Amino acid sequence: MHDMSAPVVHHHAPPTGFIRKYVFSLDHKVIGEQYYALALVAVYIGLVLSWIMRIHLAWPGFAIPGVQYLSKTGAPGGVLTPEYYLQLMTMHGTVMVFFVLTTAPFAGFGNYFLPIQVGAEDMPFPHLNMMSFWVTCVAFLVALSAFFVPQGPPLSGWTAYAPLSALGQIAGPGQGTGQVLWAVSIAIFCVGQLLGSLNFISTTLDMRCKGMSLMRMPLTVWAWFITSCIGLTAFAVLMPACILLIMDHVAGTSFFVPSGLVVNDQLQTHSGGSTLLWQHLFWFFGHPEVYIAIVPAVGVVSHVLVTNLRRPLLSARVLVYSMVAIAFLSYMVYGHHMFVSGMNPFSSIAFSFPTLVITIPATIIVLIWIGSLYGSRLRINTASLFALGFISMFVSGGISGFFLAQPSLDVMLHATYFVVGHFHLVMAVAALFGIFAGTYFWFSKVTGRMMNETLGKIHFWITFVGAYCIFMPFHYLGMAGNVRRYQAFVDDFMGPLMPVHKFITIAALITGAAQIVFLYNLIHSRFWGKLASQNPWEGTSLEWSIPSPPPFDNFGGKIPVVYHDPYQYGVDADGKDYVMQDSPEQVVSARDEK
Amino acid sequence: MQSRPTLSQGGGGYPPKVPGWDMTALANSSPASRTGVWVAMAAITMTFVAITSAMVVRQGASLDWRHFTLPWVMYVDTLVLLLSSCTLQVARKRVALYARGVQAGRSIPALWLWLTLALGFLFVAGQYVAWLQLKAQGWYLATNPSSSFFYLLTALHALHVLGGLAGLTLVIWRFSRRVPTLRLSTLTTVSYYWHFVDVLWIYLLLLLWARI
Amino acid sequence: MAKFFALTIIIIAIASAVPIVMHIWEPPVDISTHGPLIDAQMSETMVEAGICFLAAQLILAAFIWRFSNRAKGEKIKSFPGGARALVLAAVVIVGIEVLALGVFGTKAWASIYFTPPSANALPIQVQAGQFAFYFRYPGPDGTFGPLHPEMINESTENFFGLDTTHDQDSKDDVVTAELAVPVNREIHLLMHAKDVGHSFFVRELRIQQDFVPGLDLSVHFTPTKIGRYEILCTQLCGLGHYNMKAYLEVKSQEDFDQWLKQQAALQ
Repeated sequence: MHDMSAPVVHHHAPPTGFIRKYVFSLDHKVIGEQYYALALVAVYIGLVLSWIMRIHLAWPGFAIPGVQYLSKTGAPGGVLTPEYYLQLMTMHGTVMVFFVLTTAPFAGFGNYFLPIQVGAEDMPFPHLNMMSFWVTCVAFLVALSAFFVPQGPPLSGWTAYAPLSALGQIAGPGQGTGQVLWAVSIAIFCVGQLLGSLNFISTTLDMRCKGMSLMRMPLTVWAWFITSCIGLTAFAVLMPACILLIMDHVAGTSFFVPSGLVVNDQLQTHSGGSTLLWQHLFWFFGHPEVYIAIVPAVGVVSHVLVTNLRRPLLSARVLVYSMVAIAFLSYMVYGHHMFVSGMNPFSSIAFSFPTLVITIPATIIVLIWIGSLYGSRLRINTASLFALGFISMFVSGGISGFFLAQPSLDVMLHATYFVVGHFHLVMAVAALFGIFAGTYFWFSKVTGRMMNETLGKIHFWITFVGAYCIFMPFHYLGMAGNVRRYQAFVDDFMGPLMPVHKFITIAALITGAAQIVFLYNLIHSRFWGKLASQNPWEGTSLEWSIPSPPPFDNFGGKIPVVYHDPYQYGVDADGKDYVMQDSPEQVVSARDEK
Repeated sequence: MQSRPTLSQGGGGYPPKVPGWDMTALANSSPASRTGVWVAMAAITMTFVAITSAMVVRQGASLDWRHFTLPWVMYVDTLVLLLSSCTLQVARKRVALYARGVQAGRSIPALWLWLTLALGFLFVAGQYVAWLQLKAQGWYLATNPSSSFFYLLTALHALHVLGGLAGLTLVIWRFSRRVPTLRLSTLTTVSYYWHFVDVLWIYLLLLLWARI
Repeated sequence: MAKFFALTIIIIAIASAVPIVMHIWEPPVDISTHGPLIDAQMSETMVEAGICFLAAQLILAAFIWRFSNRAKGEKIKSFPGGARALVLAAVVIVGIEVLALGVFGTKAWASIYFTPPSANALPIQVQAGQFAFYFRYPGPDGTFGPLHPEMINESTENFFGLDTTHDQDSKDDVVTAELAVPVNREIHLLMHAKDVGHSFFVRELRIQQDFVPGLDLSVHFTPTKIGRYEILCTQLCGLGHYNMKAYLEVKSQEDFDQWLKQQAALQ
C-alpha cells in the first residue's frame, strides 16, 4: 500500500565520507550552514573594510597599520590614496549587500529551516541546491579576486553607474579588470540565487506535509517564500545587465556609453549608448533587492518575537498580506533612486507615490508587532532582545524614508550622508539584528548546545547602542549637506562636522569589536556550550519537534502531521502554555484570558 | 491528504505493465518538478524581458541603429524547432503507450526521442550557420547595436537550448536502460522546458524581425 | 534587564531628537526663490516624522517595560480593537499623512521642474568633467558657439572644445572656472557631461541635478542673496570626486557686469 500522505523526494541514504557530508553535500541543512559560514566570512571582511574607511575619514593622514600589505599602491605606508578609499568602499558595499544580507537571512536560515518547518525531508532538487551554494562561493571568490589584480577593485560603488563603470581603465584605477571581475562575480551570483529560489518556491508549494496548509506555515516560511519570488524577477534582470556591462568592456559594444565622451583629452570611440539604461536596469533589481535583504529578517523577527511573547500575534494573516503587499509594491518604486538623475521629472512624481504608499504595509507590520506586545508575557533573552531591537532600528530607518520618498526633499538629501544613514539603519543594521536574533534562537537546534547568554547580552548591548551612535549622526551630517562617497572632506562647511565623524569612527570601532564577542560565543558554544534540550524556548513550530541537531532526514522517517496554526501560545494545554503544531492534542485557541 | 494528487491516485494513471518499471509510482514521482520548471521558465522569461527593454531603450537612445536582414537560415531553424516540439509530443505519447503495455517494443518511442534530440542539435547548428552568414556580411558583435543584440539574444537562447538538449539526453538515457528508470515527472518537465524554449524562439524571431 | 532596555530606547529616541529640535546641524540659509517651498516641506515632514518616531519608540519602550517580568496571576490581553484597529489606523492615518506629504511636496518639485525658464533668463552653460566644473557665457551675441568634443584640450585650456577660428558664435563666448551670476535674476543652467556622470549641488540654492553623459539637461533658479557658495559634485565620478567643486558667486548687477568684462578680456 502506498503511503499516500507524504510526497517523497529521493530516498538517499545517509551520506558517508567527509566530502559528501560536509563539502559537496545534498543535505539542505549542511547547505544552509555553508551559506551561513560564507556570510560570516563576508561580514568580517566587510566590517574590516568599514573600519579602514571610517579611520581614514576621521583621520585622513593616519597610517593604518597593515593596509599597505593589502595594496602597496593603494595604501603606501598605510595611508589610503583617494582612489583606494573608493575601491574599498565599493567592495564594502558589494560584499555586504550581496554576500551577507542576501545570503545569511535568506539562503542561510532559509535552506536550513524551510524544509523542516513545512515538514519535508529535504528540498526537491538537492543537486541544484548544492550547486547554488558552490556557484555563490565561486562568485564570492571572483569578487575577492578583484583585490589582487594590478589596479585593484573597481571604484564605481556597488551601484556601478555607467559610463564610469563601462568606459574601462581610462575612467579610473580599477575600472578595467577590476570592474569586469566585479560584473562577472555578480552575474554568477545571480545564477546561484535563481537556483536557490527555485528550491525554496518548490519546497513551499509542493513539499508541505499533511495538515500544513499555507496559512499554517510559520511566518519565516512565508518570508522566505515571498523573498524567493522577488529574487526570481530581480536577479533575472541584474544578470543580463551585468552581461551588457561586461560586453561594453570586452566586446567593444556601447550599451551604456553615449558618443562624444572625452576622457583625458581623448575622444572615446563608443557611440549611442544610454547612460540611464544602466540605472533603470540596476534599480529595477536594486530596489526589490533591499526587500530581499529585509523580508527574511522580518520573518525571523516575527517568529522569534512571538515565541517570546507567549501569545499569538494579533494577526499573522495580516502580516503575511503586508509582506506580499511590500513585495508587490517594491517593483513600482525603484525610480526613487533616480529622482535627480535626469529622468523625466513627471516620472519622479510617479515613483514617489508608491514609495510613500509602501510605508503603509511596513507600518502595519510594526503596529502588529507592537500591538502584540501589549498584554503579552514578554520573555527577555538575547534572541528576543535582538528581535525587539530590530523593531526599533526598522522604525528609525524607515522614518527617514519619509524624507527620501519625496523628490522635493531629495533635492537636498540625495547623495548625502542622510541616505547612507537611512539604508544602513533600515537595511544593514536591521537585517543584521534579524540574523543575530535567528542565530541566538536557532543555534541550539543546529548544534545541540546553547549559546552563552551573558556574552550574548554583552554583544547585544554594545551593538544596539553602538549602531545608533554610528548611524543616527549620519542623518544630521546629511541634513547639513555632508556629501557621500567622499574620501576626505575638504569643503569649507565641513570643519565643524569633523568632530561628529570622529565620534562615529570611535563608535564604529567599539561596535565592531563587540562582533568579536559574537564570533567567540559562536565558536566556543559550538564545542563547549551547555547542552540544549530539544525545545529550550518552548516553541510550537516543527523544528522544535525534532532532536538537536536533527537527523539527516529531519524527521527520522516519520513525517509529521500538522493539526494547529503555528503560533498557539497562551493556551491551556496539558500543563504547558503552548501546543506544538504536530500535537494531536485538542486545545482552545488562545484568546483574552478572563 | 497531500496537497497535490499524482496520477497514480484514483484512476487515469498508467498501471505498470513493464516489469520493474513504474513510471508514475509515487515513490518515484516528484510533483515539485513541475513547479520547478514553471519557476525556471519565469526566471528565464524575466531575463529576456530585461534584454528586450534594454534593446528598445538603446534603439531609441540614439540614431545609430542600423537595420539588416535576418539570415534566411533563421526561418528554416524555426521550422526545425517547431518540428522538434511535434516529435517530442509524439514521443511522449509513445512512451506512455509503452509504459501501459499497449505498445510492444521500445524502439519506436526511442526513435521519436532521438529525432527530437537530433532536430535540437540541428537547430543549434543552424544558429551557428546564421552567425557565419551574418559575419560574412560584415556584421560582428560590436558592429552595431542591432547586431550586438542579435548575437546576444540568439546566443543566450542557444545556451538554453543546450540545456534542453541535456535534459533530453537524460530522458533518452534513462529510458534506454535495460530496466528503464525514467520517471513521468522527468519526461513532463523536460517537455515543458523544450516547448518553452520553442515559444521563446518564436517570440525572439518576431522581435528580431520587427526591430533588427 | 527589560526595564533597562526600555529606558535605553527612550533615552536614544530623545537624544536623537535633540539635535533636530535644537537646530544644531542644519541646512544653510536658503538663497533661492523656490527654496522656501522646499524648506517648508522639510519642516512639515520633520514634524510628522518626529512625532511618528518618538511615538513608536516610546510606545515600544513602554510596552517592553510593562509587559516583561509579569506577575504569575496577570492575564494575557489583546490590544483593544485588535489587528483590525491597527490596520485601519495605518491605512487611514499613515495613508493620509504620506499622501498629503506627497501631494503638497509636488508643489515644491513643480516649482523647480514643471515651470519653464522665463524668456529673459540668463543662459549659462556648465560642463562637468573629471574633476572640475567649467562655465560658459554666451557673450554679447547671446548665442553659444557649437561644441567640438574632439577639440577639447586641457593644456591649451580649451575646456569646451570651441573652434574660435571657424565658428563665429564662439568668438565672444566667455569660459570661466567660477559661476558668477547677478542677484535676483533668473539663471538658466544648461548642463552636459564631458566624460562620466556628475552632479551639480548647491546647498544654499536648494538645487541638485545630475549631469548625464549623452543628455543635455538644464535647471533654472533665481538667487536672492549676494555671496559666495560652494558647488559640489555629488555623483561618484572617480578618484577626484571628493575634490570636484567650484564656487557660485552671486553678485550685484554692476559687479557681475564688471566681472564678465574682466573675464572676457582674459579669453
